[in-house]
Amino acid sequence: MSEATPARSHTNVRTEAPATRLTLILVAVVFLALFLLAPLGVVFTQALQKGFGAFAKALADDDAVAAIKLTLLVAAIAVPVNLLFGLAASWSIAKFSFPGKSLLITLIDLPFSVSPVVSGLVYVLVFGSQGVFGDWLAAHDIEIIFAVPGIVLATIFVTFPFIARELIPLMQEQGTVEEEAALTLGASGFHTFVAVTLPNIKWGLLYGLLLCNARAMGEFGAVSVVSGHIRGLTNTIPLQVEILYNEYNSVAAFALAALLASLALVTLGLKTFLEWRHADALTGRARRRH
Amino acid sequence: MPTLSRDALAAATDSAHGFGIRIEGVEQDFGSYPALRDVSLDIAPGELVALLGPSGSGKTTLLRVIAGLNTPDRGAVYFGDEHATNLSVQERRVGFVFQNYALFKHMTVADNIAFGLKARPRRSRPSRVAIYQRVTELLELVQLEGLGERYPAQLSGGQRQRVALARALAIEPRVLLLDEPFGALDARVRKDLRRWLREIHKKTGLTTVFVTHDQDEAMELADRVVVLNQGRIEQVGPPEELYDHPASPFVISFVGEAVALPVKVVDGHVEFGGRELHVDTHGLRDGAARVFFRPADIAIGGQGVGDLEGRVESLRRTAGGVRATIAIDGYDQTLEIDSALSSGAKLGGRIPLSFSNARIFPSDPISDSEFKEAGDGI
Repeated sequence: MSEATPARSHTNVRTEAPATRLTLILVAVVFLALFLLAPLGVVFTQALQKGFGAFAKALADDDAVAAIKLTLLVAAIAVPVNLLFGLAASWSIAKFSFPGKSLLITLIDLPFSVSPVVSGLVYVLVFGSQGVFGDWLAAHDIEIIFAVPGIVLATIFVTFPFIARELIPLMQEQGTVEEEAALTLGASGFHTFVAVTLPNIKWGLLYGLLLCNARAMGEFGAVSVVSGHIRGLTNTIPLQVEILYNEYNSVAAFALAALLASLALVTLGLKTFLEWRHADALTGRARRRH
Repeated sequence: MPTLSRDALAAATDSAHGFGIRIEGVEQDFGSYPALRDVSLDIAPGELVALLGPSGSGKTTLLRVIAGLNTPDRGAVYFGDEHATNLSVQERRVGFVFQNYALFKHMTVADNIAFGLKARPRRSRPSRVAIYQRVTELLELVQLEGLGERYPAQLSGGQRQRVALARALAIEPRVLLLDEPFGALDARVRKDLRRWLREIHKKTGLTTVFVTHDQDEAMELADRVVVLNQGRIEQVGPPEELYDHPASPFVISFVGEAVALPVKVVDGHVEFGGRELHVDTHGLRDGAARVFFRPADIAIGGQGVGDLEGRVESLRRTAGGVRATIAIDGYDQTLEIDSALSSGAKLGGRIPLSFSNARIFPSDPISDSEFKEAGDGI
């Protein structure tokens, strides 16, 4: 009896009344439907409102194709660059101690805390024709702002925390002891990285890559400032969507938007799959620790 | 634990390895905190040596310096006659068993053991068949036959420990280094593994150094024990020497229990609470000092050299006699003393005490606080 009492009060604390439970679930579901599912549905219905033919035609438009190509190009540059940066940053933060380490951790978060428009403006001020390097760049015939390099730079800036943020806690938790073991067994630094470090972080790394890629393709603010909105040249998909929408060309706008949204859905699906795989590894670790 | 197969051992270690380790004047600072202070040590080929000390004494740092995982600020390390200080970790070819084994969790047991061989540059790498053969031999050596395809998470603590040892032995190390090898295991497994480690050491002949904070472990396993305290070597010697001839107050307090009476030396006589104790001062200068002796060396009511008095705080019957808790006059801790039924101890009664094998050390404030800290850690 004396043992049963605390157990019952324990379940009482955790279990809400059925009505409360129902209300809470309902609120969450309605909110989700209203603010997430409905807009997503609208994107696809609007895109297909004049039939699949119009949708396909909108996507086959020269400017649309150029925008898609540019978006892919930007992601293809920004993601690998941030992969290298993310690995280097998280490796140095997790495995070494050095002065200024906490400052570095804070700085990595900067793109998250600063408005994307500001990030774009900063690049204009540095590389624009009136900017710090403006004259030098003009003299050497290098175009950055209102050209592809500017878009790539702005995208790299905005997306660089994703991979590093994902890896730092993972690497910190794992420490250096497996790497040290590999070194005592005679493995070179590179072999240690490939055979020991990489397998330990692969799921986190993939997850970070996906998030980074999704953002690189979908970034609007920073890219908008540095792009110059030249059709067929410096418009990425999000910028092209805005232009089409402002021209009341809603089928074309929503067709491209649907493409971006599909990308988001695929990323989400992959992410869920990876989390499921990742969770296995995580609980495995937790089990060993306790 | 079953005995080891001789064939497996012969295969695991191609010959008796004769590398001694010499450490000369090694110092290492971590920021302003000195982890090792002028440490010199000679380890003979084939010796089994324990580095014993409380946490923060520098024992793990010293082990890592030997392995090349830490670079000392000053001093040198030699393997045999080879100057090893500037050799990289990889070049030193040490077998290192980490405290929590540091097994590669994404690799099978067999891949873990084969790692060091597969990591070799192509020209010195054994063939796949040879690697497979060696892994099989090592699995046999550590009695994990048939578990090669398991992952570390599927093994018990003791099994993981043995995989770590097999992995370290696979590279034919010049010396074997173990960091708290039994720390994470429960008492039963620990005892088995201790015996087993000594057996492996005996048969491989590898110079072996292990770190421990457990004095029983050090005393039971090692040929010689190195007692470290605050980055300094306090004493090096075989277990019996540490028991019988402790070189410092720290050693006497850390290795086994000890009573430390605060005394005064006056004109070559030892005074404690107004009485004179019959302890040889060995020419100690006048001043504050401490007299140490083991609780086992105290007897009730004897006519020995000691001349203490105490009060019986509690009395419990044991199989062969009584166990009395006694508060010694002028000493702030109580002692438990086993004695015969006829000793005359009564609850609350006062009894004379005598002690033997006492040692006296001058009392200096720094070392006093040191051994007190160590004493707390036991």
